[in-house]
Amino acid sequence: MFTITQNYVKAESLSQAYDELMRNRNNRILGGGMWMRQGRKRIPTLVDLSALGLDTITQTGQGIDIGCMATLRDMETSPLLTGSLQILSKSVSDIVGVQFRNTATVGGSVYGRFGFSDFLTALLALDCTVHLYHGGKVPMRDFVNLPYSKDIVEKISLTIHDSCVASYQSLRRSATDFPVIALAVAKTGDRWAISVGARPHRAALAVQTAASLGAVPSALELEAAAESLCQELTFGENMRASADYRRDITKVLFRRAAEELLSAEQQLGMERSPS
Amino acid sequence: MKIRVWINQKEYQDEIAPDTLLLDYLRAKGCYSVKRGCDTSNCGLCTVWLEGKPVLSCSVLAVRAENQHVVTLEGMQEEATRFGTLLAQEGADQCGFCSPGFIMTVIAMKKELDHPTEEDVKAYLAGNLCRCTGYMGQMRAIKRYLEVE
Amino acid sequence: MKAVNQAIPKIDSMALVTGKPVYTEDLAPANCLVVKVLRSPHAFARILDIDTRAAIKLPGIACVLTHKEAPKHRFTVAGQSYPELSPYDHLILDEYVRYVGDAVAIVAGETESIVNRALRLLKVSYEVLEPVLDFTKAMDHPSVIHPEEDYENMVEIGSDRFHNLVSSEGFEHGDVDRELAESDLVIDREYHTRANAQAMMETFRTYTYYDHNSRLNVVSSTQVPFHVRRILARALGISASEVRVIKPRIGGGFGAKQSVVSEIFPALVTFITKKPAKILFDRYETFSSSNSRHEMQIRVRIGASKEGAIRAIEVNTLSNTGAYGEHGPTTVGLSGHKPLPIYNQANAFRFQSKVVYSNTMPGGAFRGYGATQGFFAVETAINELAAQLGMDPIALREKNMVRVGERMPAYYGEVLSSSALDRCLVRGKELIGWKEAFPSRLVSPTKVRGLGMAMAMQGSGISFVDTASAEVRLHDNGYYTLQIGATDMGTGCDTILAQMAADSLGCDLHQIIVHGVDTDNSPYDTGSYASSTTYVTGNAVIKACAQLVEQIKEAGAELLELSKQAVEFDGDRVFSLQEGKEISLNELAQRLVFGSNRVLSGTAAHSSPISPPPFMTGFAEVEVDLETGKVDLIQYVGVVDCGTVINKNLARLQAEGGIVQGIGMALFEDIQYNERGRMINNSFMQYKLPSRLDAGTVMVEFEESYEPSGPFGAKSVGEIVVNTPCPAIAQAVYHATGVWVRDLPITPEKILRELRETR
Repeated sequence: MFTITQNYVKAESLSQAYDELMRNRNNRILGGGMWMRQGRKRIPTLVDLSALGLDTITQTGQGIDIGCMATLRDMETSPLLTGSLQILSKSVSDIVGVQFRNTATVGGSVYGRFGFSDFLTALLALDCTVHLYHGGKVPMRDFVNLPYSKDIVEKISLTIHDSCVASYQSLRRSATDFPVIALAVAKTGDRWAISVGARPHRAALAVQTAASLGAVPSALELEAAAESLCQELTFGENMRASADYRRDITKVLFRRAAEELLSAEQQLGMERSPS
Repeated sequence: MKIRVWINQKEYQDEIAPDTLLLDYLRAKGCYSVKRGCDTSNCGLCTVWLEGKPVLSCSVLAVRAENQHVVTLEGMQEEATRFGTLLAQEGADQCGFCSPGFIMTVIAMKKELDHPTEEDVKAYLAGNLCRCTGYMGQMRAIKRYLEVE
Repeated sequence: MKAVNQAIPKIDSMALVTGKPVYTEDLAPANCLVVKVLRSPHAFARILDIDTRAAIKLPGIACVLTHKEAPKHRFTVAGQSYPELSPYDHLILDEYVRYVGDAVAIVAGETESIVNRALRLLKVSYEVLEPVLDFTKAMDHPSVIHPEEDYENMVEIGSDRFHNLVSSEGFEHGDVDRELAESDLVIDREYHTRANAQAMMETFRTYTYYDHNSRLNVVSSTQVPFHVRRILARALGISASEVRVIKPRIGGGFGAKQSVVSEIFPALVTFITKKPAKILFDRYETFSSSNSRHEMQIRVRIGASKEGAIRAIEVNTLSNTGAYGEHGPTTVGLSGHKPLPIYNQANAFRFQSKVVYSNTMPGGAFRGYGATQGFFAVETAINELAAQLGMDPIALREKNMVRVGERMPAYYGEVLSSSALDRCLVRGKELIGWKEAFPSRLVSPTKVRGLGMAMAMQGSGISFVDTASAEVRLHDNGYYTLQIGATDMGTGCDTILAQMAADSLGCDLHQIIVHGVDTDNSPYDTGSYASSTTYVTGNAVIKACAQLVEQIKEAGAELLELSKQAVEFDGDRVFSLQEGKEISLNELAQRLVFGSNRVLSGTAAHSSPISPPPFMTGFAEVEVDLETGKVDLIQYVGVVDCGTVINKNLARLQAEGGIVQGIGMALFEDIQYNERGRMINNSFMQYKLPSRLDAGTVMVEFEESYEPSGPFGAKSVGEIVVNTPCPAIAQAVYHATGVWVRDLPITPEKILRELRETR
């Protein structure tokens, strides 16, 4: 458990929150607090954003904005997360339990960029932008690789492409465990995005592999892409699995994801042009 | 720091350290049904309701409950007796240490889900561990509970 | 019978389900000192110095204790009857630390935060020693884990501690070598079972205080209050009469609390400071500073004819007891003495075992107690034999299993007096749909379902050792108190013993009041372990009740002015039909507290020369994803012969719970260490228990036999239920995939690797 050595500040504005955060290098923002409490940090000032109304999920012109204090459980219950965004719901549904997800926040998950994160893996495959209070708008594909620097994740924006289809796959040794591999694939026309997390490193996009695929890939091309995916990304070992096993599983999950989203795309096409 | 919280509909105002966990605060207020089972937010034993939603009181700072309503099993005695009787009739209380958190989640589930299937029930309660029962007796009790009501 | 054989709720249920404060932590006084333990970061080291000066100066710190202040009486923490079969290799605090997590120093203070601060201020210098981390190399290792001069064995157990050998044992019946040489087929395999955490939901916890007579009172979540009393007295160098142990409600034990784990720390603090003290282990400590199931490497050789007649079985076990020897010499015995006798048609048996120290967390008692490990090995070898013979594994068992009336040379020569094992096989086969689904079926191009099965036995108490007593007393308005020393840890033994008493006395269950254990007041009981409570304590209850019934008749006859032989007692009244006289129990009881010279109280002890085995068959259906190796447990069927079922619900819950623990052991659970000997999965985040999504559907039925020596015909049920899932699931996976995983747990990665290698 962490210790608060001085203050707990329930911020009244983002600027106040940011000022408090920057006042001492060990000051921290409190998200859900689920992971933070497992450390033994000594935190001079802990800054709480819960009074700022940042827990909303809203429809915008291009898509959906999700506030940093929205919970992982909200990903499962929000009526706004439809179509390709349903992978967000799928990605969080195996995380510990409802009580955990009722408190764990989107901002905490995104800022933490944890290696095991299902949610980050799913977001990375989508057209997602992170809004940082100080750093401004950063595409998720860039944010995921940024070094940790103190800032506040204010919200994330998801741009919805009507023709986008997506699939989320993971393999776990037991139901509520961390994933051995988490994998998300999204496809908009001929543009693919393939994100693989829990390798056990933090989620990463396989950019080259995605670029090798077109609008209607053949079975052979998909097979080649599965191989190339394992070349392009690095895999490691931890107590849950070896690097080799992770590569094997990544290929299988990629193929399953591709099959699922290609069939969803076909379905979508038929709904759009009922001939 | 000073907080004001409603616990089981009763208002409390206290001076607490800001890093006090809701779990410890509730036990200090006499809510002994709230148990600590792990240190990693994994077991569900400490489940209470915060503004009507089940949360892990081991992972929520008491200050986060400022001006909010907390319900523990102590504030849910009638419903606990109703479901607990069914649980006992199956012998599925066993050591009982996970029962309060489990029952709080079951009652929350009943409120939140409409006609859940067995799979829905398992998924909703996946965060409540039990080492005694093997879960089957709990499921039998839940099925009777959902039928009865 | 009115109460026995019924599905009666536990008598403490409503308190538990409404969240009443009934557990150790809930009862601890507010003024207890908070006790915490500094843990070793090294797997093996000598403590050179502990600088406590800064810590002790902190305001609110009551004491900082190191090995210098601690008593020097070596003991074992194993909760076993004296003289224990476990070596005396513990001190409360020792100059040496022997695993990561071993105790270095004790700090007690007024608040948790001040104690935490004091712990951070302790400066310890260590001489780090070369640890023994691979138990298979322990005997040849240059490091000697227990060289201390005051090391002691109470009983000869074949030890050679200077080679890290805790104990060794050998047993042979018949000529195994000749039988194997003459067999058509010999299976020779090595199996590996892993350390598992008992993981009861309530962690270890104890509080202690001195009462007005300056006696050390210990309130603790324990399965063995009387052993705790004796062990604490020895460890502290005081008389057992100065110690009182009280057991409130317990949040599970599964064997973990059959050792003295948390008690010694607050006891020493109270002993030294004379102040009340409490310790609550957190989950990390509960994982990494306590005890676990012993890791074992088991070689099995089975010789059989081509018709499937088993001629000989040999079991050779190497067990890792970790840094201390508690329960090591005894658990290993069950890895041979339980699985061998079930194949009683064999002509020859051999069992050899060695138990070694290593610098990992100690092994301890965990439901099944070595039998679970042995059954995984032997039952899997039997299943491998069936596969090689091309024989149905059920038919193979029916041909070779033990039958009623037979003498069992591998089971201490006991004669089997009850068994429904044959019926358990038949019923399990029906319930799982063996005929339709054996051995496997394709459910999709990448998924196959496979069936597997196993059988098992256990004992009912430890013959000639376990001793239980019970006292039942009539009170002035006609109700009874039942005093027992057996420890209900959630299993419901208070309830089933009350059921037995109610039927013995012919009264309603609610007329029996059962007390939790208090060593000052409760009659002696070895404690709740070794599947002893129903069988051994149950018999004591029946004897005590029979005595009381005689006393009631005697007192009633006296008041009715009849001879004792002339009256009967039906539970409500003492009467004589012939004389037309009667007195109600209520009136009798009233009269006994008014100018009376009589106390009506039955007290009896029970020990058994035999340990009748309960039996069980387990059937698993799994679905394996051939591309990932992922196993989903679809359904599990357990059919249990525990003799007469005393409480249908509670026995079923024992079985369902034990099966799911077995499923965890089979598929997920594995305590792992890093290369420096630090446990890396010491939390529920990293060590995953089966959740309700992992347990599939578990179906349990009973095939009752009648055990003539058992209370109402009952045998035990608590431990046997964990023994079948590992071998049954291993075989189901084999039928689905064609590969045997002989090293638990059966992970997707192991299956996939084996699949690659066989293709």
